[in-house]
Amino acid sequence: MAGRRVVWAVALALVAAVAAAGCGGGGSSAATPDSLREKGKLVVATKFDQPLFGQRNPSTGAIEGFDVEIAKIIARKLFGNDITGKIEFVETPSKIRETAIENGRVDLVVATYTINDTRKEQVAFAGPYYVAGQDIMVRKDENDIKSVTDLNGRKVCSVQGSTSIDNVREQAPRADLSTSFDLYSLCAEALGDKRVDAVTTDNTILVGLIQQSGGAYKLVGKTFTTEPYGIGMKKDANDLRTFVNDTLEEAYANGEWKRAFESTVGKAGIPTPTPPPVDRY
Amino acid sequence: MSPPVLMDALGPRGRRRAAAASVVTVAAVAGLVALALIRFADHGQLDAERWRAVLRWPALRQLLEGLVITLEAAAVSMALATVVGVVMAAGRLAPARPVRWAAGVYVELFRAIPILVLIIAAFLVLPTYGLELSPFWSLVLALTAYNGAVLGEIFRAGVLSLERGQIEAARAVGLTGRQTAVAVVVPQAARRMAPAIVSQLVTLLKDTSLGTAIGMQELLSRGRQLGSGTGSLLQALILVAAMYVVVNLTLSQLARRLEVRQRRRYGAGRIAITGGPEDLVLVDAEAESRLR
Amino acid sequence: MSVVLDNLDVYLRGLLVTVELTLLSYAIAFAIGAVVAAFRVSPVPPLRALGTVYVGLVRNTPLAVLFILFFFGFPKLGLTYSPFLSALVVLSVYTGAFMTETIRAGINTVAGGQADAARAVGLTSVQTMGLVVLPQALRSVVPPLGNLFIALAKNTSIASLISVAELVHRSDQLVTDTAQPLAVLAGVAVAYLILTLPSGLLFGALERRVAVRR
Repeated sequence: MAGRRVVWAVALALVAAVAAAGCGGGGSSAATPDSLREKGKLVVATKFDQPLFGQRNPSTGAIEGFDVEIAKIIARKLFGNDITGKIEFVETPSKIRETAIENGRVDLVVATYTINDTRKEQVAFAGPYYVAGQDIMVRKDENDIKSVTDLNGRKVCSVQGSTSIDNVREQAPRADLSTSFDLYSLCAEALGDKRVDAVTTDNTILVGLIQQSGGAYKLVGKTFTTEPYGIGMKKDANDLRTFVNDTLEEAYANGEWKRAFESTVGKAGIPTPTPPPVDRY
Repeated sequence: MSPPVLMDALGPRGRRRAAAASVVTVAAVAGLVALALIRFADHGQLDAERWRAVLRWPALRQLLEGLVITLEAAAVSMALATVVGVVMAAGRLAPARPVRWAAGVYVELFRAIPILVLIIAAFLVLPTYGLELSPFWSLVLALTAYNGAVLGEIFRAGVLSLERGQIEAARAVGLTGRQTAVAVVVPQAARRMAPAIVSQLVTLLKDTSLGTAIGMQELLSRGRQLGSGTGSLLQALILVAAMYVVVNLTLSQLARRLEVRQRRRYGAGRIAITGGPEDLVLVDAEAESRLR
Repeated sequence: MSVVLDNLDVYLRGLLVTVELTLLSYAIAFAIGAVVAAFRVSPVPPLRALGTVYVGLVRNTPLAVLFILFFFGFPKLGLTYSPFLSALVVLSVYTGAFMTETIRAGINTVAGGQADAARAVGLTSVQTMGLVVLPQALRSVVPPLGNLFIALAKNTSIASLISVAELVHRSDQLVTDTAQPLAVLAGVAVAYLILTLPSGLLFGALERRVAVRR
């Protein structure tokens, strides 16, 4: 057999790699408003498949949504009103948001990104700039699912690497959570194809999917968590965090935030809420 | 297509049977196609509006942009993998044992791990060591690592497939080792390997679709987005599949033409790889025995 | 290292699904390959054309596209199957096309006189193919059949896209939970080696046993 010894050496090398993996390395240094101005470009992680928040417009190819508008407000504050070519959006699935920040692939994450304590250990959050809540989306003819506990024994879809799965596991331990994809839009497809009985994540995301489905799905309408959306960045990016928080408060005061909301999420019939107070933890 | 050479020409009864079988086959296939079309129609999947949603210009442009990214990724990966492949083949044929060993470890390692795992690793692991790559370059890196190993084996097989006499004759007329390699080994080996290399390019091009798992905006990702956004997912995916088939069939035809030409000119001793590492068929038994 | 050891059960369950998927699809793909290869050398032109179209279409479409098309596209036609069953169908059909070409290459190595002799002693074409040609054809293509098996084992990883709980899909969740991608993925790589190394040895042994010495 060709190179049998070589093959075993490979296996040994891999085992050694597993052993060495405990000690990871660090990324590059944290961005500041000044370093970003010098670079002349803001790289923002967002979703490309999330209606109302971050979605590629199928006819123009542009990325549109509330998250995109918030990122643009920050970019305008950094670079002035003309931000053509100065902001880049990078599609970032939920499970790699922390990695994208830590290795400096992106400067900011504005991607329906819930602030929580676990994540605070890895990244820093500005905001919140919006407070959502986890809800459940079902097919229009579904009448048996009225709250999260009704998910026991039913098939529920969510996205790999999101907190939504953990929340359901706590409140409906017997729910079947084995179905998960890399994109929310695929959960919606699975719901339409009757592979699953419910899709659960933040209500804002679900509303977008319902709008896109042309009314084939409906919202159960009982949120069971509070999801403050924050803007993620490197853990030690203190200057940038203060800058983004200041920018948000300014946008609350001068109506920019309200306009951003009304031109995106508001279009789905969601009334504009009072902006949440910024948490300078 | 030429008739099979396996059996003698059929007698009168055999011809009648073959004709009957032909009729049955054509009828069965026609029936299946009809059933499929009825199924599409019953579920409204033949509706003009559904197809128009993905064939309209702005929508189609999204897919074509994705196709361009797919082709770019394939071209860059193939170029880089060729360099890696040459290095690995040279390493595995080197006189020094440690060099052979190192090249051997590389080749065996990267051929043993699924390409999807390599892609995810390039995307998730390297950043923790300070190497920051976009989805595009993560994919290119993984494809280069894997295809470098495969191409290395193809190159090595190509060199080994040459009759020993070729090299002996070259040395006998006074060529140096380098001259022998440049003037005798490489030109002949390259001609024999050409079809296998083009086939590997097809495999590589197909593997770029795995970029969708790390959010790369290539053809398959664009197809998924367009499909969910317009409610024409089936149509978008069929279109995407058709685009891959057209591009790859073009490449496969090229491979076949190269193979036929070189077989006609140079006779046996070819390395036939009929569609990537999945079925690496070394037809030349002598070359194969030298491979192990 | 501890990440892998702590979650050994996750790896084992993932590996089990990977192995099941590999073995079952290989068996089905082998059956498809033998039948379609026979089509492709048959004296019936439409059967040959059918084989050519199947191989041409499937081999030139990326496996990931076939997975997504079958799992998310076909339900629009009322054809909805579980992730595992979908993966089984897609992997079998995909691998079957490569199997066809491999077996056909084997058939081409069988000496023409073999078939003539079989016909001369009165076997029908189907008997000639099944009893004389195929058994000899397979012996000469054991190494590529082994390559196909290993390629298939690796290809099952793509089933993670449609939520099949095999190694890669499970490791996705582990990466999220532990934030140690290198350790988790190195563990996955080792798991694939555990599957592919013995199969390589097995096919090597098989080859030595059945090799035709000419």
